[in-house]
Amino acid sequence: MAALSSSSRGAASGGTRQNSSTLDRPIVLRPRLEVSLSAFAFLFSEIVQYAQARSMSISDIEQQLYTQGTGIGHKLLELQCLREKQGKGEGKRQNRLIGILTFISSDVWKGLFGKAADSLEKSNEDEDEYMIHEAEPVTNQFVSVPQSMGNLNCAAFIAGIIAGILQSADFPCEVSALLTRPDDGGTRDRTVYLIKFSPEVMDREERLEKKG
Amino acid sequence: MTFLQLFIINRSGGLIYNQDLSPAAPRLDTNDWLRMGSTFHSLHAIAAQIAPIVTSGIEKIETDTLKLQSFQTRTGIKFVITAEAGSPFDLDDVLHSVYEAYADLVLKNPFYELEQPISCQLFTDQINRICAAQMGGSKASRGAGYSMY
Repeated sequence: MAALSSSSRGAASGGTRQNSSTLDRPIVLRPRLEVSLSAFAFLFSEIVQYAQARSMSISDIEQQLYTQGTGIGHKLLELQCLREKQGKGEGKRQNRLIGILTFISSDVWKGLFGKAADSLEKSNEDEDEYMIHEAEPVTNQFVSVPQSMGNLNCAAFIAGIIAGILQSADFPCEVSALLTRPDDGGTRDRTVYLIKFSPEVMDREERLEKKG
Repeated sequence: MTFLQLFIINRSGGLIYNQDLSPAAPRLDTNDWLRMGSTFHSLHAIAAQIAPIVTSGIEKIETDTLKLQSFQTRTGIKFVITAEAGSPFDLDDVLHSVYEAYADLVLKNPFYELEQPISCQLFTDQINRICAAQMGGSKASRGAGYSMY
């Protein structure tokens, strides 16, 4: 932590010259830089085509996107925690289910997409299932899935990111991105990320609950 | 006073998209529309050659019954829209909105191959929305005598 902050001070005091490369810039950017949505959309379009070229079926494509997202999620947890509380990384480590899920649906979402997720719900049928709702994931915004692709959901990429974060935070789980018909008669399908935790997570929750 | 048809013609003159924009649009066979597309492409190219001024091709055709406007992008794609004569719409505006929708919803779609026929649901929905907005706008301004909107 000390090494990081001294290097960022060093870069800042290095005069008025532009930082030469991404590696020289402080890791906590003030003000927060934004990436162009179009740039992301084109890059994501290539990612999907890459996955499509290497897959035999629709679930294969979703699996490829999921795996790519998982890799991102593992690294994102570190970065997001570091950037919390103005870069001092003094945020609390979440070891409860609700805590980590709220962290993801508000902080991580804001860091990635600029706004919190629409809602976080616990499933009524199963104890170990939770759902994050999102009306229009940025991955699906420009994608029209042809009829031949059935119900491919490119938000599998974001589901992978969620899974990567949860797995790095020691909450083994499976996340899937599903499409649901909108309740209020809107035209676009809403996306629901269904998070299913492993039994050991539920056991641990129970123990922590009893301890109070 | 409605829109009639929208065509999009690719670089080699093939029709990659065509849509009826209102019930008043003529009902033709797919092959007929393909022929229309390539005919327009050739006329556009010929006009650029024989025009007395330096020009890139046909921009507007106005007749007693029809208004046609065409917009050619720097990549050679032509957006052509037709409307009934006397329509108050700014066809130029509409074509630019369609171009924007094309750049967003077609080119960023991973399932679309360049120069192939367009079949993106989002794109079709957006075109309908653009036309509906134009029609709605013109109805509101009719009382004011076609003011700017």
